[in-house]
Amino acid sequence: MARIPRWADLILVPLISLLLAGVISALVILAIGQSPMEALTTMVTGAVGSPYAWGYTLYYATSFMFTGLAVTVAFHGSLFNIGGEGQAQLGGLGVALVCLAVPWPHWTLALPAAIIAGAVFGAAWAAIPAYLQARRGSHIVITTIMFNYIGAALIIYLLVNVLRPAGQMDPATARFPAGAALPTLHELPILSAIFDKKIPANVTLFVALIACWLVWLLLWRTRLGYEIRAFGKSEPAAIYAGISPFKVTMLAMLISGGLAGLMSINNVMGESGRLLQNSSEGAGFIGIAVALMGRNHPIGVVLAAILFGILYQGGAEIGLWTSIPIELRTVVQGLVILFTGALDHMVRMVLGLFFRPRRLEAA
Amino acid sequence: MDYATLLQILDSTIRLATPLLLACLAGLYSERSGIFDIGLEGKMLMAAMCTGAVAALTGSVWLGLLAGIAGAVIFAAIHGVASITFRGNQLISGVALNFVASGITVLIAQSLFHQGGRTPPLSGGARFNPITLPFAESLSGVPIIGPLYSEVLSGHGALVYIALLAVPATWWVLYRTRFGLRLRAVGENPASVDTAGISVVRLRYAAVVITGILCGLAGAYMAAGLQAGFGKEMTAGRGYIALAALIFAKWRPWYALMATMLFGFFQALALRPDVIKKTVGFDVPVPALDALPYILTVIVLAGFVGRAIPPRAGGEPYVKER
Repeated sequence: MARIPRWADLILVPLISLLLAGVISALVILAIGQSPMEALTTMVTGAVGSPYAWGYTLYYATSFMFTGLAVTVAFHGSLFNIGGEGQAQLGGLGVALVCLAVPWPHWTLALPAAIIAGAVFGAAWAAIPAYLQARRGSHIVITTIMFNYIGAALIIYLLVNVLRPAGQMDPATARFPAGAALPTLHELPILSAIFDKKIPANVTLFVALIACWLVWLLLWRTRLGYEIRAFGKSEPAAIYAGISPFKVTMLAMLISGGLAGLMSINNVMGESGRLLQNSSEGAGFIGIAVALMGRNHPIGVVLAAILFGILYQGGAEIGLWTSIPIELRTVVQGLVILFTGALDHMVRMVLGLFFRPRRLEAA
Repeated sequence: MDYATLLQILDSTIRLATPLLLACLAGLYSERSGIFDIGLEGKMLMAAMCTGAVAALTGSVWLGLLAGIAGAVIFAAIHGVASITFRGNQLISGVALNFVASGITVLIAQSLFHQGGRTPPLSGGARFNPITLPFAESLSGVPIIGPLYSEVLSGHGALVYIALLAVPATWWVLYRTRFGLRLRAVGENPASVDTAGISVVRLRYAAVVITGILCGLAGAYMAAGLQAGFGKEMTAGRGYIALAALIFAKWRPWYALMATMLFGFFQALALRPDVIKKTVGFDVPVPALDALPYILTVIVLAGFVGRAIPPRAGGEPYVKER
């Protein structure tokens, strides 16, 4: 296969994949008799056109940063954690239990407790698939898919039969106490000058950015991170170097599940203020796209998460203001995953054709 | 539980197990050839939409069925191109195609019919009408076996019988034909198949297309048999249950029949909480029944009830040695 320079692999390949996904989406919009230009302008104004729009885009981006990081950490250990959805919902359960257990006086006290609970519950939901992979050789992709469904069923059961307050019809927990409400960017000093209206983006954004930095530290500045990456590159070599496959698999998956669980601070604690059915709303799956697009690097994950935040919020605006259904954004997400994750060799082959002649001239 | 109730539940077991069985056999061909396919769900959904739309437009369920098969085969072909020709990640391709199917089915249905992403309700010749098996009337008087034949086995749409016949057919193809031998070999050790002068790529494409056809049948049955028309996300995770059943069956056709019937039985039970309460004496929460297929599959995967060993070359793109 044609070799292409590293910068092209890191920057051009994702961009071209995105472009291809965009072109096909435009063709789909044309095919259903709508205007791609109208869709694009609606999307751009609705997602980045005003501070209010950014408030929504950043809110979604915060969730996607966590799930993107979750997939990234597992990917480095060559583990494909497709269970972010279930881990995020279970993380939501942990956050909800903590928020409801204590009449929190102030959010600065509630937030650390919720962070711990969300991470622990998310990690716990990843622990069984991780153990089965490490000890019994069960394929992690299949077990994490199964655990998504088992988790969803568990949450529905708990919401309907256990956590629902008496007299309430919809399957959800009680509302969290006011002291557990996280301030939105609109309520923070300095930032309130930019965001003048009530928006869902909240302090969790900064937790997510710190998490990105910590994941970078973990992967490239610690012994464990080195072990995870070595294991992911070559299992026999890692074993020869004295790295325990069991330990690496378990820890990588626990961290991954914990990161997915942390997403719930953003949506469950920061936005809805109670635990609802299907709280993750597909963010666990979008994490796969974010990690692929972000080339499994925290900086890439931040950028890709913002991009998918734009897609998600812009898609909602398209569903609201044009006659194109909101499901367009699912198609675009699918296409981005397809081109960045499955057809990446195709993109590289095409790029290789462009780079080869120049190299020959130089030689 | 009295006999009449049991018959009712078994009857809906067969109806609910049919799409699972078809999708499970679909996955079997693909995975036996070494191509993982977690995109069964998306292909079923696509087929359901195509069938619902074409059957509503033409009034013919058979044209609908053809459209459903075509829709699923197109998705199967994209999966094939990504995972065979371009040696992409098969798992990611499956996830991606599920996303695309979930969105594009609503987009197309909405632009065709403007009914909130659904296709119009089907009736008459636009649905798979029940077929009464021979002697169903006259045998219904025979105690115990009679009603089992006339009420449970008889009176389903054509695809139910096609699905049941697909089990021995798959067994025969897999274990008694040259194609089946090669198919199993290419999933275990593609290099040896290549050495014997047989095209790995062609075999795998053939398997992927068969997967598409069977998913097409499953989706068509969803839209024109089990229900009357396509609705958003109507497959509701059945592609993943079929995947679970495939593992539960350890990639073998007769076991696939048993696994899907078992999982279909759980789904049928989940529809009748009153019967469960009467039989076991306490309320079994419906989510527990919903989760049961997945829990059982995890237990099997964990190797506690015999080991489930997938085809050895599954998920790995084949690269010819140079």
